[in-house]
Amino acid sequence: MAKEPLFGRTIEELGETARRFGQAPFVARQLAEWLYRKRVDSFERMANLSKTFRASLAEEHVVGLAPPERTTISSDGTKKYLFAAGPGRFVEAAFIPEERRATLCLSTQVGCKMGCLFCMTGKQGFQGQLSAGEILNQLRSLPESDRITNIVYMGMGEPLDNLANVLSSIEVLTADWGFALSPRRITVSTIGIIPAMKVFLERTDCHLAVSLHSPFEDERRTLMPVENLYPLAEVLGVLRESAIARRRRVSFEYIMFGGLNDTPRHAKELVRVLDGIRCRVNLIHFHPIPGTPLHGSSDETMLGFERRLKESGIITTIRKSRGQDIMAACGLLSTKALTSRPQADY
Amino acid sequence: MAKRRATSGALLGSSDETGLRETRVTENIEIAAGVFLLKYPRERDFLPGQVVGITVDRRIAPRYYSISSGKDEEFVDLLYDVVPGGELTPLLAALRGGDLLFVSPPSGAFLDGDEEGWWIATGTGIAPFVSMAKSGLGGRKHLVHGSRLASGLYYRKYFAAVLKERYVSCCTKEAGDGIFSGRLTAWLGQQEDLPTSGRFLLCGSAEMVVDVRDLLIARGVPFGNISSEIYF
Ligand SMILES: Cc1cc2nc3c(=O)[nH]c(=O)nc-3n(C[C@H](O)[C@H](O)[C@H](O)COP(=O)(O)OP(=O)(O)OC[C@H]3O[C@@H](n4cnc5c(N)ncnc54)[C@H](O)[C@@H]3O)c2cc1C
Ligand code: SF4
Repeated sequence: MAKEPLFGRTIEELGETARRFGQAPFVARQLAEWLYRKRVDSFERMANLSKTFRASLAEEHVVGLAPPERTTISSDGTKKYLFAAGPGRFVEAAFIPEERRATLCLSTQVGCKMGCLFCMTGKQGFQGQLSAGEILNQLRSLPESDRITNIVYMGMGEPLDNLANVLSSIEVLTADWGFALSPRRITVSTIGIIPAMKVFLERTDCHLAVSLHSPFEDERRTLMPVENLYPLAEVLGVLRESAIARRRRVSFEYIMFGGLNDTPRHAKELVRVLDGIRCRVNLIHFHPIPGTPLHGSSDETMLGFERRLKESGIITTIRKSRGQDIMAACGLLSTKALTSRPQADY
Repeated sequence: MAKRRATSGALLGSSDETGLRETRVTENIEIAAGVFLLKYPRERDFLPGQVVGITVDRRIAPRYYSISSGKDEEFVDLLYDVVPGGELTPLLAALRGGDLLFVSPPSGAFLDGDEEGWWIATGTGIAPFVSMAKSGLGGRKHLVHGSRLASGLYYRKYFAAVLKERYVSCCTKEAGDGIFSGRLTAWLGQQEDLPTSGRFLLCGSAEMVVDVRDLLIARGVPFGNISSEIYF
């Protein structure tokens, strides 16, 4: 049997591990300290644990770190890292350096089940969930790990379709025994999986970014099949009702498709549907993917759209296009190698 | 193997807020290996194509299932696969007539009219189309159903009788009389006269949906004519 990784376990889970080996409860904290704060990569080096415990751990477990398999560097400094997630499966993480901060864009699933029309990851279908350890490994094993100031869960997969592992990874990231990162530096994106979103809002203080892409139900449905089950109106209803703490930021991601969702009518309706929600809107350039019937809006149209929203009092930004030459825009991450998924048998 | 916690996000919320009602199972029949048809009395109206959330225990989050019975029928039918290691479906499989079941109100907007169009499904993704056909929306529809094995072509006799030559079944692992041998995408790819007007409704796995959608778009079908329901 393959050895179970310890990296990614919460303090409670490390406590269970310690107990199973007959160790005192405080050993859980020691393990966490080594894994997340001192960042060692072998049990050998966990010097304050007894030799016999270290040997027993090594018999059944591995630390569970894995360096990236491949790196692509964009002319603007954005780097895309490919991490293995089981045999023949890969996920990507993007390192996005800016003047005052450095953001890491993480993946949460291998592929995705949600089938959004504009997304490269969606084309892969679903190949598996990432464990909390595999999610966090994208941070820990990143060469620039120490430089990261912000984390966005906007890579491959729908984070809230892997809720338990995403919550565990956030616990490790934010706990004092973990990476001790402020939840204000973490943003989780979702297409609006309502039950999971409610749990996320209840259990974390992280920022939330909802993929909106069209304020009109019928149109959104053709772009995002999830609209059938969790209509935007209900998603917004939840956000309106839940007591969003003042310090939590709710943003809406809006990829701009030429002639489709970029008209003044859309801007007007967007303002209407967002009424009563303290939020910001991020307008995003669309990077066409192979075979897509969609194309991006012009810069001029995007500026006009931005102006309309701003005039209506909505904080709006046009997201900078980063890593376009390596297709590293968050949420559209993918490489040619990744899209050649094994043919599904249906 | 890394430890992956097996919960997906498609679960409904707690039972109180989802308006779960108690009902009793009428019957729960294994119609093919690991595939069941669950029946319970219809107490609420629904639109063909809608789903319900069900569970056997208020502590277990309900999962969604497409209704596969007609809108005026006395019972609600649900067609489901048992997911090995799944939290709910192995418990559903153990249900007998008279057992307690918790059911949410119907919801969802994967709907259709009676105009000419295409229904494309894999596996249990046939369920909403059964409901639509049994509710009188099948008169001008074509249906393409794909499965690995012939036993997975649920409702084959029914559709062959109702839709006649407008019903196509495809199997990847078994050959059979009147069954196209191969993926449904292969069958669709061979159709030279596939219309580009009319609506296409796709239901089943994410892989099928994205493949068929790509194929249809490449054949000139406007993406606005394609509606998809993914069993995530
Ligand atoms: C709108 C909608 C309609 C649905 N209708 C039907 C229906 O009519 N009939 C039907 O049989 N099912 C349907 N489903 C799927 C169903 O809701 C459950 O997801 C499924 O029955 C598994 O439940 P479970 O509790 O046994 O497994 P879970 O405990 O939820 O999952 C077990 C494991 O299987 C994995 N898993 C779950 N789904 C998939 C998948 N699609 N691909 C790969 N791995 C997966 C999970 O990640 C998890 O690790 C529908 C889903 C949706 C969203
Ligand atoms: S946009 Fe996000 S949710 Fe949609 S298919 Fe891509 S990864 Fe999945």
